[in-house]
Amino acid sequence: MAGPRHISVSEASRPVLPRHAKLKYDETRKVWVILAPERVLAPDEIAVEVLQLCNGERNVGDVSDQLAAKYAAPREAILADVIVMLQDLADKGFLTEAREKTS
Amino acid sequence: MSDALGNPTIPPDASDSLAVLEKQRSTAETFGIPLAVLLEITHRCPLQCPYCSNPVELDRSGKELTTEEWKKVLSELAEIGVLQVHFSGGEPTARKDLVELVKHASDVGLYTNLITSAVLLTRERLSELADAGLCHVQISFQGVEEALADRVGGYKNGHRKKLEVAKWTRELDLPLTVNAVMHRQNLHQLPDIIQMSIDLDADRLEVANVQYYGWALKNRAALMPTVAQLDECTRIVEEARERLKGRLTIDYVVPDYYALRPKKCMGGWGRQFFNISPAGKVLPCHAAESITGLDFESVRSNHSIAWIWQNSDAFNRYRGTGWMKEPCKSCEFREIDFGGCRCQAFALTGDAANTDPACALSPLHETIFKQAEREAEGETNRFLYRNFAGGTLESENGA
Repeated sequence: MAGPRHISVSEASRPVLPRHAKLKYDETRKVWVILAPERVLAPDEIAVEVLQLCNGERNVGDVSDQLAAKYAAPREAILADVIVMLQDLADKGFLTEAREKTS
Repeated sequence: MSDALGNPTIPPDASDSLAVLEKQRSTAETFGIPLAVLLEITHRCPLQCPYCSNPVELDRSGKELTTEEWKKVLSELAEIGVLQVHFSGGEPTARKDLVELVKHASDVGLYTNLITSAVLLTRERLSELADAGLCHVQISFQGVEEALADRVGGYKNGHRKKLEVAKWTRELDLPLTVNAVMHRQNLHQLPDIIQMSIDLDADRLEVANVQYYGWALKNRAALMPTVAQLDECTRIVEEARERLKGRLTIDYVVPDYYALRPKKCMGGWGRQFFNISPAGKVLPCHAAESITGLDFESVRSNHSIAWIWQNSDAFNRYRGTGWMKEPCKSCEFREIDFGGCRCQAFALTGDAANTDPACALSPLHETIFKQAEREAEGETNRFLYRNFAGGTLESENGA
């Protein structure tokens, strides 16, 4: 039942937060939040780190490479976790794919 | 128009890595500054919906906060930890300075939502709002077909205009919420309203049953649905939620008249919500001014907004459980629903500290709700339209 904007996250996708979902550090409550229509989500530390790396240029594979190197952890396990987390966000409508660049 | 705002909507499947903040903090941080604040920047509105959530005594334009005053409010809200603001009304686009206010809100880091009837918007102005940083547009619909929708809103060609603005909203890549206020005279259109939301490419649909205070209470006989209609409404929403999972989020505000337990109105008085009226009053809910005998502080006073939230008499009067009388006082559910809605308790019993009659434990429950049931079965369909003159009765031929 996926609509036209539904995305399926894979190793090759280059996901990015859409303009209506904003990742922000909440100075008052000392916590990272994702601001979305009528919702305030509280991503955990790993989710925040993943989302900060998702700049629309890196693909999910690149993001997993970086995290695997940083935490000296098996890449395949990290890749699987990252995909699950991003797919969850996509299913809630808070993730989009970066548009193809012409350059 | 904003009935759902006080009833935090929590997606049922929030996973651990993306918990919803209200849910996580609801008990631990009871009186912390709310995450979202409703700004009713004007009471002026070209529509005249008979269930308007504004008070019956509307603020005239001369009393409205100025542009500079609203900007100061926005800066202060951001500073004390509010994350989202909803620009509402009345009709917020009736303010000429709306683009400037949205721009200022974005500049100070607030997430901005526009709750609008849409009929005053041009494509150019909507585009300016998007450029100013507007994050989300919520358009109210009164039905799915012109004759009924325009009659409910008391505004000719309004429905057609709304459809057009909804289309522009998506063309400008802004997320769209369809806000459908439901009652006896339009509930039969619910399946079509769901389909309309899909066709308009909306992400969210609010199915908000009318809550009966203020204007809606005056129109109760023309609006109150039957029990059978409500059961059918709930069934349709549940079926659509399942079918449209991942495509359309449906938030559902149930009417409380036929419930046995009252709603946890506003998440509890002064616990997680406040709004600011056109004249700058800081209110525990958008209907709070209907309760007489409460003195609401203004942003024009010498007090800060944070002080008003924490210390003002109006916020503390019905905060927590200390104010309760029986049967609330010794009730095992007192911290679950906080005795229901204070405005409804006041409107129906004359004392806001009484148990909301929506609760089956209220001694008035049966009398009042039997009366509502009779009204629902009745033939009164004429509206009393909302306006600054105290309301105008619809003519016999529906004009």
